[in-house]
Amino acid sequence: MTPVAVRRPAAATVGQRSFDLLSLSMAFVLAVNAAHLPWWLSLALAFALGWRWWQRRQRTGRVPRWIKLPLLALLTLAVIAQYGNLFGRAPGTALAIGLLILKLLETETSRDVRVAVGFTCFTLMTALLFDQGLLSTVVVALGLLPALATLRALEPAQAPTSMPRSLLAPLALLAAALPLALLAFLLVPRLSTPLWGAPSQDQARSGLSDHMSPGGFIELLTDDHPAMRVSFDGAPPPPDQRYFRAYVMARYDGVSWTYRDVANLPPAALVVAHAVQYHVRLLPTQQHVLPTLDVPIAAPAGASMRRDRVVMAATPVDDALTYTLSSATQYELEPQLGEHRRRWLQLPAGFNPRTLALGRSWRQRYGNDDAAIVRAALALFHDGGFRYTLAPAPLGRDAMDDFLFDTREGFCEHYSSAFTVLMRAAGIPARVVTGYQGGYWNKLGDYLLVRNSDAHAWSEVWLAGRGWVRVDPTAAVRPERVSLGAAAAAGDQLGWYHRDWLQDFRNRWDVVNRWWDQAVTGFDALRQRSLLTPFGIRDTDTTTLGVLLAIGTTLFIAIGLAWALLRRQSRDPLRQALRELERKLARRRLARHVGEGPQHYLSRAARALPSQREELAALTRRYLDLRYAHDEAPPESVHVFRRAVRDFRVKNVVK
Amino acid sequence: MPGLSHRLQGWAERRLPALTRYRRPESLPIELHRRRIYIVPTGFGLGFSVLLLVMLVGALNYNNNAALLLTCLLGAASAASMLVAFRSIDGLRLEQVRAGHAVAGESIELTFTLQSGRPRSAIRLDLGDAGAAFAMDGRAAALVKLALPTEFRGWLSLPRLRLWSSWPLGMFRAWSWLHPTQSVLVWPRPELSGPTPRAAADDARHMRLHRGEELATLRDYQAGDPQRHVAWKASARHDSLLVKDFEQPQSQPQWQLDWRQLHGLSDEARIARLARWLNEAQQQRRSFSLWLPGNEIGSGSGALHYARCMDALACLP
Repeated sequence: MTPVAVRRPAAATVGQRSFDLLSLSMAFVLAVNAAHLPWWLSLALAFALGWRWWQRRQRTGRVPRWIKLPLLALLTLAVIAQYGNLFGRAPGTALAIGLLILKLLETETSRDVRVAVGFTCFTLMTALLFDQGLLSTVVVALGLLPALATLRALEPAQAPTSMPRSLLAPLALLAAALPLALLAFLLVPRLSTPLWGAPSQDQARSGLSDHMSPGGFIELLTDDHPAMRVSFDGAPPPPDQRYFRAYVMARYDGVSWTYRDVANLPPAALVVAHAVQYHVRLLPTQQHVLPTLDVPIAAPAGASMRRDRVVMAATPVDDALTYTLSSATQYELEPQLGEHRRRWLQLPAGFNPRTLALGRSWRQRYGNDDAAIVRAALALFHDGGFRYTLAPAPLGRDAMDDFLFDTREGFCEHYSSAFTVLMRAAGIPARVVTGYQGGYWNKLGDYLLVRNSDAHAWSEVWLAGRGWVRVDPTAAVRPERVSLGAAAAAGDQLGWYHRDWLQDFRNRWDVVNRWWDQAVTGFDALRQRSLLTPFGIRDTDTTTLGVLLAIGTTLFIAIGLAWALLRRQSRDPLRQALRELERKLARRRLARHVGEGPQHYLSRAARALPSQREELAALTRRYLDLRYAHDEAPPESVHVFRRAVRDFRVKNVVK
Repeated sequence: MPGLSHRLQGWAERRLPALTRYRRPESLPIELHRRRIYIVPTGFGLGFSVLLLVMLVGALNYNNNAALLLTCLLGAASAASMLVAFRSIDGLRLEQVRAGHAVAGESIELTFTLQSGRPRSAIRLDLGDAGAAFAMDGRAAALVKLALPTEFRGWLSLPRLRLWSSWPLGMFRAWSWLHPTQSVLVWPRPELSGPTPRAAADDARHMRLHRGEELATLRDYQAGDPQRHVAWKASARHDSLLVKDFEQPQSQPQWQLDWRQLHGLSDEARIARLARWLNEAQQQRRSFSLWLPGNEIGSGSGALHYARCMDALACLP
């Protein structure tokens, strides 16, 4: 290449359109990332963005350094103040987005804009680190439109277009790129183990935890993100039997119940009367526990079963996890309690005297009839003026006393906790179980959608001859909680977005999310290896994938090249007719030379084909007449000429 | 470094004629096609691919399929933009090149006529250090004006032109060399000062009247004036007949510029002097004739005549 010009076209300041589009792309980035930035940072950055946009409309020019540098320092300090450090997913994202907006302050030349667009694409991707749902992916992908439109707007000399049109212009490019993108997505070899540390979940969504105190669930109950999706082999259990156990809590210290994870004890004995097999797709919880329907018979691969038939995975569930289980829905769990009995009767000393007294009085009244005591407790909840509410009054030191005899309002945690304390006071082994109850049965996808808001707490009591029996005291107060689900039980206490029709729509829409989760989010190294199973290849290794990717890419390149090389023939029918004639003559080695006019050419042809001289002369005359006698040749005559050309046959000549 | 790359280029053109075939002059019209369009990624394109790589590794490492999908989409769009870049200059025709007038040492304005069957955006034409960007609507031809610096009088063959585009995303640059066989004529540079021509034509013989084209004045009728020159309307308001007088004495004497009269000067000095005289004659609206070895141009005036004389001067050996 020749040394190109010392000229620097890039040094010129960019036009208003490019800058507007760039600002728009950055605003988009900020919007999609706003959900996981601190609100004040989003607000400050949005302000900076808007200010810079307004400022450059008034006057082009970089923002002076004495504004930029303090802002940079301020940003770094703000991120450190919020997160404690600069590294990790959330602080890194916040810093990157802040830097992106600051980049706008010094964006003047097309080089700046290009750098900023590259960075914009990167920060668009960070939004997906937090939420890879279908909707957010589509929204983030839409963010590519203003980014690519910005790059287009940088090119000089274009036909003037309106802003919306220039925004939509890259859509065609993206649509054309989609097949290749999908192919690459399918075939790019996935890593079975990460190259470097997996992301630490520094901003975990609240999930079930291994301790429970009355009122602690409230965040969970208002979070309607999906927790898991369950499909059953065979009919699903009826709504009031959909109890998913997670933690079994034994220890009560007067404030909260806790689960103690003891690894090396064999699971309690289980006599199975009826079992169900099902598949769970558990969304990331960052915890070990795997919720199971009722009592699991065996732990799935990669997990182990604890003494109380709580299933714990070997590693925290950082990515969505699928497991298959068999559970007993009619069973006898731990028929003999043995020496563990004392553990289930533990109560903290010096707490809740009135509750303990009530429990003991029941024991005195009903003697050895444990079932009658359970019934008495449930009757108390049902008839004692208790109310189900998600906003209960706060409780004091003797929480159960306050709840049972004073406030009498609460939700599942309060009821299960009070019930268990009452049972233990009456000498019946009892424990609190947390997990999920209910869920939405999606008929379209044949699966049960369980949301975080379906989190629930209930009790299990040990009755002689029956083992551990599940008792849900909440059902005594509010039967709808169990039969219709959490949203129905909460009634109007949740936000506007829990309205019936909307909730219903969201439940139905979830089938799309599930599909997305299965097809895209869940397409991991394992699934990729079995990609070619339908074609008889059991295990697709990295080399095969690479070869397939190369073949596929080549194919797409060929298609693209075919498109790029496609030349539309001129639509001039007269010219086409002449071309046809040329082709016919060229077969007799009478090709038209470059720069040879039609008259010369045809007369040369006539000389070479004496037998057809008349015919060719007539064609020449007609052509010249059509071409030069009119501004626009009459279509009928052109048609006649075309037919004459079509009928023209070059006769074999013997030279 | 420019020296080295020049030498490299020279070597390539000598040793690899097939590769550099189209850098040799060719006749107009020139149509761009796939065998002469080259594509390379721009600096931004390279940087962007590094960014894509980072995004890819990040998405793979965090096992984040949505991010991977986004990266793939962006990568595929970038790759597709390469084809768009190719297509934006494929099929373009350089129809003709028209040159303006310029004297040696000044820039000559060239007008390139480019034709295309479909709309195109952001196409750039570079000529040395000068460049122009243009868009085409697919119907009318695009006229691109570029300035070409000149040094000497005479025929100047057009240098190699580069037609390129980085449409649509600026990640790939598709380019092609155009080297039309056309030459443009550069007029000689006139000397700055010197004597006026010896007015061989200053005598009264040459102060002849000539018929102008515009009405000059009205005068009294004299016997012998043609009837059609009588101003009938004006005469009606006068006692005597008035005649439209178209004739004016020529204000400036004619110059007869002659190569042979300039003794004792070198050829180039003669040419420079003649060029200056031609300029002055043109400015003073004189009519002039020019005698050159092997070329004699009769008396005349006007821009066309001036251009003819200058051309003749420029073409002198």
